[in-house]
Amino acid sequence: MQEIDRLIQLLARLPGLGPRSARRAALDLVRKRESLMRPLATALAEAADAIRTCSTCGNLDTADPCHICTDERRDPTLICVVEQVGDLWALERAAGFKGRYHVLGGVLSALDGVGPEDLTIAQLLARVGGDSPVTEIILATNLTVDGQTTAHYITERLAESGVRVTRLAHGVPVGGELDYLDDGTLSAALKARQAL
Amino acid sequence: MPTRLPAPVSHGRARLSKARGGRTLAPMEWRDDGIILSVRRHGENGAVVSLLTRARGRHAGLVRGGQSRRMKGMLQPGNRVEATWRARLEEHLGAMSLEPVASHAAALMMDSGRLAALSSALSLIDTGLPEREPHPEIFDDLAALLVALEAESWAETYARWEVGLLAELGFGLDLSACAATGVTEDLTYVSPRTGRAVSTEAARPYRERLLPLPAFLLSPRARAGAEALGQSLRLTGYFLARHVLDLHGKPLPDARARLERRFDTAATTGTGRVGEGGADDILANS
Repeated sequence: MQEIDRLIQLLARLPGLGPRSARRAALDLVRKRESLMRPLATALAEAADAIRTCSTCGNLDTADPCHICTDERRDPTLICVVEQVGDLWALERAAGFKGRYHVLGGVLSALDGVGPEDLTIAQLLARVGGDSPVTEIILATNLTVDGQTTAHYITERLAESGVRVTRLAHGVPVGGELDYLDDGTLSAALKARQAL
Repeated sequence: MPTRLPAPVSHGRARLSKARGGRTLAPMEWRDDGIILSVRRHGENGAVVSLLTRARGRHAGLVRGGQSRRMKGMLQPGNRVEATWRARLEEHLGAMSLEPVASHAAALMMDSGRLAALSSALSLIDTGLPEREPHPEIFDDLAALLVALEAESWAETYARWEVGLLAELGFGLDLSACAATGVTEDLTYVSPRTGRAVSTEAARPYRERLLPLPAFLLSPRARAGAEALGQSLRLTGYFLARHVLDLHGKPLPDARARLERRFDTAATTGTGRVGEGGADDILANS
């Protein structure tokens, strides 16, 4: 039973799974040993060997540089800065951005002791400097105190580069009802109103 | 000085009751006004929120579902909330439920200077104040600062708030008269030993060892340039570090150091000129 206990313990460490749901998942895997457990084990082993972090943008891919950084059809003059790889994936799902990305790996946080040197800000500055074709940096950090502090910090560091720095708009989400929005979102939406 | 706000929403209760034939402690419970100082993830869904409450000082509690999309907007540092705290024993972390009162963070996020001042104020309180020690005046001053940060003269207000914070913590600067001669005019330095003002004349032999006193701190409505604001933060920073943070073995928080650097950078790069709008128009966009 040691093997099953270990499997349950490891599964319980996954996000969204507690000890009970991990036990259910382990039992299900054992029941579907050939159709699910072995292919999953193979896929996990292959992914662990193949997935690497892109040395240019910080994305996760099997190639370094990643497929986004090497895609000739993408606009090399635009870089969208995101906090985590999950944010990059979200923007890719939306399919509205055809530039390249830069993953910071987190945000500045005094509470957690995260400083500029813990993020990939130096790599971002290096991508912008020299003969770089980059003309615009889009800051897509989260609308939190830490996210915006990081955005302002990057803006200050980029001030002398001559690159245009923009940020995502903030306001009413698609399908959002004003009655259910918080005060902050409503006031941000009012400030960013547009002429029709 | 900011207006003092009324007493807490309601008082806490801790009573003994009989249950299942034995004496058991009824849960501790209180309600109070609070300002969110910091939020730390706890597990997958929860968050440990540190509040500055009016009646109970800096107080933490577990907010269930604190990482949910619905709660994240409210749980931003600087937002004002009405908190209800419950625990079985007083020394427990306890569970907190929060109701939003004012979203200050959202109003300040777009402006780098104001956001830096907000982060600096909150991190100073979170680092420097002992837990569960009531400081109603500090709560009221911080609440007033959060409103004032939206105004044009936010930088001067912030600098004066730090002077006030020192006073509330018992290390107030005495800027009323020269410590050496007693004169009340031409006060331009502060003694790092006593925190008392020193006139230009009396300071002459010791000038190198004294801290410059920016003139705007002596008149409540005066505006200031970036250089004077930097001087003010170095002055209060010296006493905050020495008297408040050293006791806890902590340095000045990073957010506070970043704000001081902003003022210094604005002063040294020549963007620190003071126009009609004071330092505000420059610092907001630097």
